[in-house]
Amino acid sequence: MGMMSGKLGILKKILTSLPRQSKPSLITTVWSQDSPSQLKNYSLQNPRLVLFSFQNLKFLTLFDFDSHIVLISSFICFADMARNYVRFLALILAISICCEAAIFRPISESHRSAALDLFKPIDGSFSSLEETYEALRTFEVLGIGNKLDISASTCPSVVEVLGSSSSNLKTLFYALRNQRILKCALKEEILKGVSSKLKAAVNSASALPDFYHSIGGLVLIKDQTPEANVLLDDAEGVFRSIKALSQSDGRWRYGSNNPESSTYAAGMAFEALAGVISLAPSEIEQAVVATVKNDVVKLFDSIEKYDDGSLYFDEKIVNGHEHQGPIFVTSSVIRGVTAFAAVASGSLKLPGDDMLGLAKFFLGIGIPGNTKDLFNQGFHAIDSIPSSNCPFIDSERPAQGVSVSSVLGYNTPPLTVTLVQASSSSSKSASIIENQELKFDHDSSFHVLDALPKSVDIGKYLFTFEVVLNDSENEKVYATGGKTQVPIFITGVVKIDSPEIAILDSDLGSIETQKKLDLAGENSVTLSANHLQKLRLSFQLSTPSGKAFKPHQAIIKLRHESNVEHVFLVGNSGKQFEIILDFLGLVEKFYYLSGGYDIQLTVGDAVMENSLLKALGHIELDLPEPPEKAARPPAQPVDPYSRYGPKAEISHIFRTPEKRPPQELSLGFLGLILVPFIGFLVGLLTLGVNLKNFPSSAVPAIFAALFHLGIGAVLLLYVLFWLKLDLFMTLKALGLLGIFLIFVGQRILSHLASTSAKLKSGDLMTDFDPAG
Amino acid sequence: MARTTTKDAQALFQSLRSAYASTPTNLKIIDLYVMFAVFTALIQVAYMAIVGSFPFNSFLSGLLSCVGTAVLAVCLRIQVNKENKEFKDLPPERAFADFVLCNLVLHLVIMNFLG
Repeated sequence: MGMMSGKLGILKKILTSLPRQSKPSLITTVWSQDSPSQLKNYSLQNPRLVLFSFQNLKFLTLFDFDSHIVLISSFICFADMARNYVRFLALILAISICCEAAIFRPISESHRSAALDLFKPIDGSFSSLEETYEALRTFEVLGIGNKLDISASTCPSVVEVLGSSSSNLKTLFYALRNQRILKCALKEEILKGVSSKLKAAVNSASALPDFYHSIGGLVLIKDQTPEANVLLDDAEGVFRSIKALSQSDGRWRYGSNNPESSTYAAGMAFEALAGVISLAPSEIEQAVVATVKNDVVKLFDSIEKYDDGSLYFDEKIVNGHEHQGPIFVTSSVIRGVTAFAAVASGSLKLPGDDMLGLAKFFLGIGIPGNTKDLFNQGFHAIDSIPSSNCPFIDSERPAQGVSVSSVLGYNTPPLTVTLVQASSSSSKSASIIENQELKFDHDSSFHVLDALPKSVDIGKYLFTFEVVLNDSENEKVYATGGKTQVPIFITGVVKIDSPEIAILDSDLGSIETQKKLDLAGENSVTLSANHLQKLRLSFQLSTPSGKAFKPHQAIIKLRHESNVEHVFLVGNSGKQFEIILDFLGLVEKFYYLSGGYDIQLTVGDAVMENSLLKALGHIELDLPEPPEKAARPPAQPVDPYSRYGPKAEISHIFRTPEKRPPQELSLGFLGLILVPFIGFLVGLLTLGVNLKNFPSSAVPAIFAALFHLGIGAVLLLYVLFWLKLDLFMTLKALGLLGIFLIFVGQRILSHLASTSAKLKSGDLMTDFDPAG
Repeated sequence: MARTTTKDAQALFQSLRSAYASTPTNLKIIDLYVMFAVFTALIQVAYMAIVGSFPFNSFLSGLLSCVGTAVLAVCLRIQVNKENKEFKDLPPERAFADFVLCNLVLHLVIMNFLG
């Protein structure tokens, strides 16, 4: 088993990550014996493959989730034992793939390691008493209880909870449960106090959880310290009050004022009632107990079923966050029913298939992902179903190995496995093998089928197995199943004879070229044909025992150099497989594409070990020109990354620049422009221009100077504007300068105006000379 | 007849010259400035005639600056001329201030249009 756990890992993840309901379309993996490295993944709806290996022929079978692969054993309730100690035991015979696709595996190392992974204490203890209890119980059932050592950290909290008076019933209950496993040191008085508190709670309880916790606590105390006084005074009254909460369909209400009923509550109720019976000082009336048994039967009527045969309980009405899932509910019911049957005298007849379906349900969960699921996965329930047997086939062994072990991985009593019948799927009547017993190999503890009759040919078969216990006494303790049917493929090497390829001339059928092919090795034939000729491919297929064989796939494919492909099926008559491609009729189908075509042959089947997909060679086809209206060949997919390659280069045509004058001409005219300016200056001098009007006194002189400077600054600003400034900056600067200039100019010009006015009047005065 | 025409022309020209000599100096300065501007404009037109009007905006701005400033100078001459009865009350400094302002605005526009 250990060697498979590695390969199991992948499928485990798939199994656990998928929701339960989607299982029928799971991916299964097929492992070929010849080359274990070739793991072929099939996604199949109803295929069946299980791997066997026999001496001569290799068998290939596929495990199907939908079919009843699992051998359901009948449920036997052992109630006649003197000790009134009942075990529900079921024997499940499951034939599964040695590697990946088994669902009904027994508890194995993978479960144990998963438990270790999930239940990791933080700082040496768990967050709540409930979680602590789950961890402890899980480890106890799996047999790795010694790996969890948290008594040092948890015991003090347990003792404290039991000692305090303010703990509620649920906390007390869980503390007592932990105490049972951890066996912390407790004082007598504490237990006494707890038991009296619980007894008081029982008498005053009205809701089902209260009953459950208080009675459960009393039962736990009774188990630990038998001398404690925990017997109920009015056991029958308590019994009736719990019973009063039941409903007609077998489910229970949580409380008298809570109208909703729940299957989970039914489980709790059964457990509580079992506790009441065990705590009763005297026998409770049988009639009352019988009504409860009826309730159990009615509850089992509401059991639900998955397609693969596993059964479970679930709530009818789902209300939001309180809904815990079928695992939770089912495990609660089983806990309750087993507890009740343990204490109730008289037998409790439950349908055997139901118990086994429930066991299948829990085993089928695989390795659950979270702690609650792992706990609920019926480590409670399976503990009530301690013995299930699951045989496994080991593919490594040359002989068929059917291994039988218990659900929890323990060994089984001696038993024999018989191959009752092996019949071909196609012909229902004839059966090849009848009643062959499998020998038990003590070294490997497998049941082995030694020899297979030679007449078994390749194909699809149905094997029927039966498990029978050797010791009839064990029949009462363990239950084995009836017959299980397993579909099996038997594979072998198919002989391919006389493969050849030929070019034939049109109607006459005369062979122009004929080449033999070697389908086991490499081929590279080169043929050429025109549209008037035909291509013929032929070969013969036969099974190892000489019969005709029709594979699932016999295909020839012609691929053009431009990746246009054409596929044809090869037909057969008996053993002879032949296809004739008449190019005259196929011209249009080939889109009139002439050129080289690659030929590829595919022959394959599930039972054929030497399936092949081979390139045969090359054929040059000469087809006529396509007419105007011919269909174009379909566009082949373009490389999606080609659009990221470089694009065509664009050459931009710039506007031809205007013809500029030669440099010298421009410079000459620049000089010429300056001539009038020089002429102006010369003229000014000729006129005798002077600066007499320039004010001599200080203040006006400054203003005058500033005025001229201001004008010069503005002109300079214009030059800058032309060279590098933009209009906005120019306007900004111009505004500032303008204000300055206006102010200064006004001052100087008004001064000049006043001066000239004085002069004028003065002149007038001087001019006006009466004397002459 | 021709001799009298030429003599008349010469006499006319002489009288014009002598009349012009009596104009005040500041008016003569303004006249000189106008001549300078017009000559510059003519040279620019001649240049454009030779090389073509490719940067047309430049040509226009150059031309218009000369013409504009000449016009403004003529306006100044009119306003400043003492013999002009219409602008008797306008002080010449005021006219000069207007001349400067208008020139500055003209040249701002010219510089913008020059490109």
